[in-house]
Amino acid sequence: MIDLSTEYLGLNLANPLVPSSSPLTGELESAKKLEDAGASALVLPSLFEEAIEHEQKQLERFVHSQALGHYEAQSYQPVPEDYGSELDNYLGRIQQFKTALDIPVIASLNGISTSGWIDTGKELQQAGADALELNIYYVAADPATSGAEVENRYLQLLSALREHITIPVTMKLSSQFSSVANMVLKLQQAGADGVSLFNRFYQPDIDLQTMQIKPHIELSSSIETLLRIRWIALIRGRVDLSIAATGGFHRTEDIVKALLVGADVTHLCSVLMQNGPEQIAVLVKELQNWLEEHEYNSVMQMKGSLSKSCAINPAALEHCNYMNIIKQRAEIKC
Amino acid sequence: METPRSLTIDGNQAAAEIAHLTNEVIAIYPITPASPMGEWADEWSSRKQTNVWGTVPRIIEMQSEGGAAGAIHGALQAGALTTTFTASQGLLLMIPNMFKIAAELTPTVFHVAARSIAAQALSIFGDHSDVMTARTTGFSFLASGCPQEVMDLALIAQAATLESRIPIVHFFDGFRTSHEVAKIHSIDTDIIKQMISHEKIMAHRQRALSPEHPVIRGTSQNPDVFFQARESVNTYYQAMPGIVQKCMDQFAALSGRTYQLFDYVGADDAEKAIVLMGSGTETAEETVAYLNAQGEKTGVIKVRLFRPFDAKALIAALPATTRSIAVLDRTKEPGADGEPLYKDIVTALAQQSLQDRSNQQAYKFSQLPTIIGGRYGLSSKEFTPAMVRAVFDELGKALPKNHFTIGIQDDVTHNSLDWDENFRTDAHQGTFQAVFYGLGSDGTVGANKNSINIIGESTDKYAQGYFVYDSKKSGAVTVSHLRFGDKPIHSSYLIDNGDANFVACHQPIFLERYPMLDKAADNAVFLLNTALSPENVWPGLPGKMQQQIIDKHIRLYCIDAYQIAASTGMDKRISTIMQTCFFSISGVLPTDVAIKAIKEAVEKTYGRKGKRLVEQNFKAIDETLANLHEISIPEKIDARYDLGETVASNAPEFVRKVTGEIIAGRGDRVPVSMFPADGTYPVGTAAYEKRNIALEIPVLDESLCTQCGKCPLVCPHGVIRSKLYGEDLLKDAPQSFKSMPIKGKDFPQGLQMSYQISPEDCTGCGLCSDICPIRDKTNASHKALNMVAYTPALRQQEKKNWEYFLALPEYERSAVQTNTIKGAMLLQPLFEFSGACEGCGETPYIKLASQLFGDRMVVANATGCSSIYGGNLPTTPWTKNIEGRGPAWSNSLFEDNAEFGLGMRLAIDKQTEYAHELLQKLQAEIGEALVASILAADESSETGIAQQRDNIALLRGKLKNIASPVARELESVAENLGRKSVWIIGGDGWAYDIGYGGLDHVLASGMNVNILVLDTEVYSNTGGQTSKATPRGAVAKFSAGGKATAKKDLALLAMDYEHVYVAHVAYGAKDIQTIHAFNEAEAYPGPSLIIAYCPCIAHGIDLKDNHLHQQLAVDSGHWPLFRYDPQRAASGKNPLHLDSKAPSIPYREFIETEIRFNMLWRTNPKQAKKFLEQSQQDVLHRYHYYVQLASLEWDENGDLEPPHRKLKATVENTSVENAAIDKTTEKTP
Repeated sequence: MIDLSTEYLGLNLANPLVPSSSPLTGELESAKKLEDAGASALVLPSLFEEAIEHEQKQLERFVHSQALGHYEAQSYQPVPEDYGSELDNYLGRIQQFKTALDIPVIASLNGISTSGWIDTGKELQQAGADALELNIYYVAADPATSGAEVENRYLQLLSALREHITIPVTMKLSSQFSSVANMVLKLQQAGADGVSLFNRFYQPDIDLQTMQIKPHIELSSSIETLLRIRWIALIRGRVDLSIAATGGFHRTEDIVKALLVGADVTHLCSVLMQNGPEQIAVLVKELQNWLEEHEYNSVMQMKGSLSKSCAINPAALEHCNYMNIIKQRAEIKC
Repeated sequence: METPRSLTIDGNQAAAEIAHLTNEVIAIYPITPASPMGEWADEWSSRKQTNVWGTVPRIIEMQSEGGAAGAIHGALQAGALTTTFTASQGLLLMIPNMFKIAAELTPTVFHVAARSIAAQALSIFGDHSDVMTARTTGFSFLASGCPQEVMDLALIAQAATLESRIPIVHFFDGFRTSHEVAKIHSIDTDIIKQMISHEKIMAHRQRALSPEHPVIRGTSQNPDVFFQARESVNTYYQAMPGIVQKCMDQFAALSGRTYQLFDYVGADDAEKAIVLMGSGTETAEETVAYLNAQGEKTGVIKVRLFRPFDAKALIAALPATTRSIAVLDRTKEPGADGEPLYKDIVTALAQQSLQDRSNQQAYKFSQLPTIIGGRYGLSSKEFTPAMVRAVFDELGKALPKNHFTIGIQDDVTHNSLDWDENFRTDAHQGTFQAVFYGLGSDGTVGANKNSINIIGESTDKYAQGYFVYDSKKSGAVTVSHLRFGDKPIHSSYLIDNGDANFVACHQPIFLERYPMLDKAADNAVFLLNTALSPENVWPGLPGKMQQQIIDKHIRLYCIDAYQIAASTGMDKRISTIMQTCFFSISGVLPTDVAIKAIKEAVEKTYGRKGKRLVEQNFKAIDETLANLHEISIPEKIDARYDLGETVASNAPEFVRKVTGEIIAGRGDRVPVSMFPADGTYPVGTAAYEKRNIALEIPVLDESLCTQCGKCPLVCPHGVIRSKLYGEDLLKDAPQSFKSMPIKGKDFPQGLQMSYQISPEDCTGCGLCSDICPIRDKTNASHKALNMVAYTPALRQQEKKNWEYFLALPEYERSAVQTNTIKGAMLLQPLFEFSGACEGCGETPYIKLASQLFGDRMVVANATGCSSIYGGNLPTTPWTKNIEGRGPAWSNSLFEDNAEFGLGMRLAIDKQTEYAHELLQKLQAEIGEALVASILAADESSETGIAQQRDNIALLRGKLKNIASPVARELESVAENLGRKSVWIIGGDGWAYDIGYGGLDHVLASGMNVNILVLDTEVYSNTGGQTSKATPRGAVAKFSAGGKATAKKDLALLAMDYEHVYVAHVAYGAKDIQTIHAFNEAEAYPGPSLIIAYCPCIAHGIDLKDNHLHQQLAVDSGHWPLFRYDPQRAASGKNPLHLDSKAPSIPYREFIETEIRFNMLWRTNPKQAKKFLEQSQQDVLHRYHYYVQLASLEWDENGDLEPPHRKLKATVENTSVENAAIDKTTEKTP
């Protein structure tokens, strides 16, 4: 029997297929389906700093400070004695999932400031999260902000959080770093237990009817996996932390490639959104078949076997321009 | 005896606490100032708070106070402990049931925040005219004078009613007591349980109607027995005073607080006494103490139990030395020989004198005391120690004035007493008094309530807070009056001039508007929020203020609160910053203690859920301490300006002498002679009040403007307008005046178009810019209309332009196509500059109606927001055009508005008919041609209307020369020969609830009236209470747990008549449909009903997004747009025309943007989800149903083709489902 188990963030997982943040991981019913289909862990939808901030401002304005200054109406909305905030709902979900599911539950925080996150991190841990994914995407729109400053934000937040929580922390990164490998190393030094490569983002789009800029996201496609595979290959073995491949993993062969270059797990999102939670069972089966066909005993055996340090032609990982590709093709032809 | 816990609450909360703890059923209905009692009860029950017997009281909101009284009557008859809260007209609506409840000896307590009854004007403020009107019902009446008494007497009333079986009205002064925040002692539940007799509750239940032991109640009786039966209750009334006193004594034993039926305070050997009830007793007590310390012999009787009136107890309470008595009534009974309390006292003393004489017993007094009566404090008019002293002084005169008034200057009938405004008691020698000037929206009041709490809870000091507001909703000014002291505070009046130890100005603009330092005492502290640097603060003060600072040795501090707020992430929230300043310089508490307490309060408010807010507040508090500066005071004044005129010097005399004085805050000084005796006021006064409250105003880029007309359409305040005029008129225009050649084929070319703003009237809501559809092709962020900072230079420039614009002639009405936006917006708004909220969703509809029909409109306006921003003094927005024509507006009541408007229609129609008859009688003298022309006039267009006006003018000219009584008659009714448009306007509270019976009747009448329902889906004016227009799942006052039932479909009910024109409109979603609906409704010769969607601050939304919320309401199916025109049936067309498409977004997307809905997702997500699912079904079902109705075929006779009304409205069959909608519950908002 092929052993599909893997270790990720210190967690022993039954296989390397972990659904990432999506609506499917946000509701117990669909989460249960994911588990039943073979998901080895799941990452909850992100708790967004922006959303919490917006919520607090709304409540401040329309609940706590709603007076207009009129004799007949000194307020308009009843002020509840207690209410569940976004954070409360999130913590409740962790507890609910931990009770109902057997697989590890990874909480996800999306924000850029240290304000409030230390306490939030502690509460997520207390609620039972098995690990924490930090999604600290920051659009450095200000020309005065240097790359080093952006990197320092990540590192400072991680260090601060690390001091207060004991569960594993993984950093979900953008590919937009001058030196991805160096950044991963620095994160490791700052206490990260893992990295997740790479985040996909909403991109502003333009509505040509209204001329308004609106956020937009497309489901991923397999072509996006190559960027991930390359960078995982480049860092595996040169840093000592868990690595998740994320973004575009729809097909078994892509998952296999990610594992070969050194991913501990591959995250799944769009493929599940398109085909439903049951698709995991298909992928698990296909992964098993591939390993069998290619005479691997286990995922542990194949993990990192094509990373830069083990690859047959490691230099190809570092080729960076069109000419190289042409040359390679020519070489292959010859 | 208990060690009471202290509470810092207002009178309403004190009453509500006892009511909720001691009842099982509570029927509620909103009315100011009693609404908060119902709100508290609803909130507590929705939180499952129980009464003292461990069960949660059932709260039911009724459709009116009349309905509440009926429900109470029924609940009482069925054996429940039942109560209600009300005031003013609300109490009057309860009177019929009150007679029955009392006559059936049914124990209950009605808690009343006593308020004026609308007379020459509506007034929401406190006096006893409501309770006095109800005094004949057979209820007992018990009066409280301060929040502590409210709590205590609420319990005593509850105990006494059960014991006596006589129902009680427990009343206290609206606002002065209902809204005064004070530190009081709570009552332990053990005391409550001991006070309320279990046995009497059992007896009440035993008397309940029950099929187990049936009886019949509510019979009809004939002349043979009714009288005797009516007298059968006498013994209960005889026993009542004794029972009340017994309960008071029992309460005293348990709590240590004593009460008597008539509490006497003063000298044992007093010669002069004042008798009164309510909050005035507190002021009188304070004054008496002072006067007696000066050697006078005065006393005050505080009437607790007004009915049944116990004359013996009264006489027992008065010292035998009493020689003269002044009875003060807080009510007016025109035509009566004295007010009710006065008459009771006279009767009591005279009766006793006669009895004693006939019984040959010694009369208590050496002779019948002189008794005079007077009126005071109507509609919360101030009642001060100076006035109390004036009354005592009057008593000292040989011939004191009877039926006097105190507190006003009556220069007509000369009833008023003079008083010395400089008189003060010594009650405040150890009291700290502070006044704060803020804006309604800047949090000043909230922070001050918080400060009272801090001082109340962290010290032994007594505390009092009272808050004064102006009558505007946008840019409202608030003045907070706070007192703190070591002794109990009896001052139920405002902090007067020269008395404040601390004056704070939270808004720099107030420096040029209010003489705030008039209030300051010597050595006071003045705190100013200003953007000026410390060295520029002194020169930035008006001259008078500088002089006062020097003369009174005032210490001046400044802070740039807005800068600190901005830099600490608090945006524009300055209240915590100003509160920190107050504590750090007032010396009321040690600064470190106060700062700690403020921080604790911040944490308590925002808690764990608002960590960022807590952090921001803490940062702001710390920054405040570092940025508060004391300004050294020069010896001489050095001012650049002084306070200006309130209104322009060329304003009409009435505006200058009355309106202007009220605006300036000197309305108390305007004498009786200046007021119209019948409540009739000139129109258009809002134009004289230049408030300058905008931070940004719109500026037009005429190079981009396409003249679509949307900006004037959406402007809630009528401040942006369009005019079309000849180019020649531009020659004297200011340089910056903007104009463009007219675009479009509807107008003759060569004319110029201008869009102009009135800068000083703009509120800066930004909706005009929001709706502007035109963007610069090279810079999309730049529109044809852009909001820019409102600088002094821009103000001056646009002020000049506005004046020039106003002087341009109006475009000829008959030359305009009113069915286009651009055309309709060329018509002059005759509703302008109202004080409605910035971005109000209601006023654009009213303004539109005033543009289209204003010169022929008669308006009946239901009480509510639209009557407040429409008719609350000092200034009113309804105005007239240059010909002197404009809407004639009136407000009758809340409940009767449809009938009120119908009456107007009846009068007009009758007089038209009469005028026609007279015309025919005078045909020979007038001339056949003119008569025929008038009788046959077609006034369906502006041209026809103008022609008929010409005819009438011609007729008037001819009538002048006809010397006959018939001609005089015709002259008096001739105006009714021209078309008049009757509009009945009100909110959903009126149309769906309290006025629905009348509305329905008017719709059924077939009369030609136009009904505009401004549907905000809550009772907006009274603070957002639930109406039957409130959607399912919305959290509102009185529905703190979310409204469980669907919104009533008023349109469908009206369409069912088949002769009513009905339109459902939302101008922010489809403006042209709104215009069509208004035109069609007015043209329709029968009843028309326009139900208009009005986003409101009560929805928990930012009104700058008003249009977006309207669009979401329409797109989600919450607010389908349609018109039902019965006239279409005549041509074989279906009358119903749907103007919006099938729901295109999930209902979730609509509700998740509004706090009123999404709050429930935070408090009860399961219920919220259920409501959402139901609501989604509701909108789909409704749309499908409408689609079917609109698809029915009509024959040429205007009848439905068979099969008639066999509609199957099921969601399964609908074609309107949308893939997006299926996912409606996937995500929680």
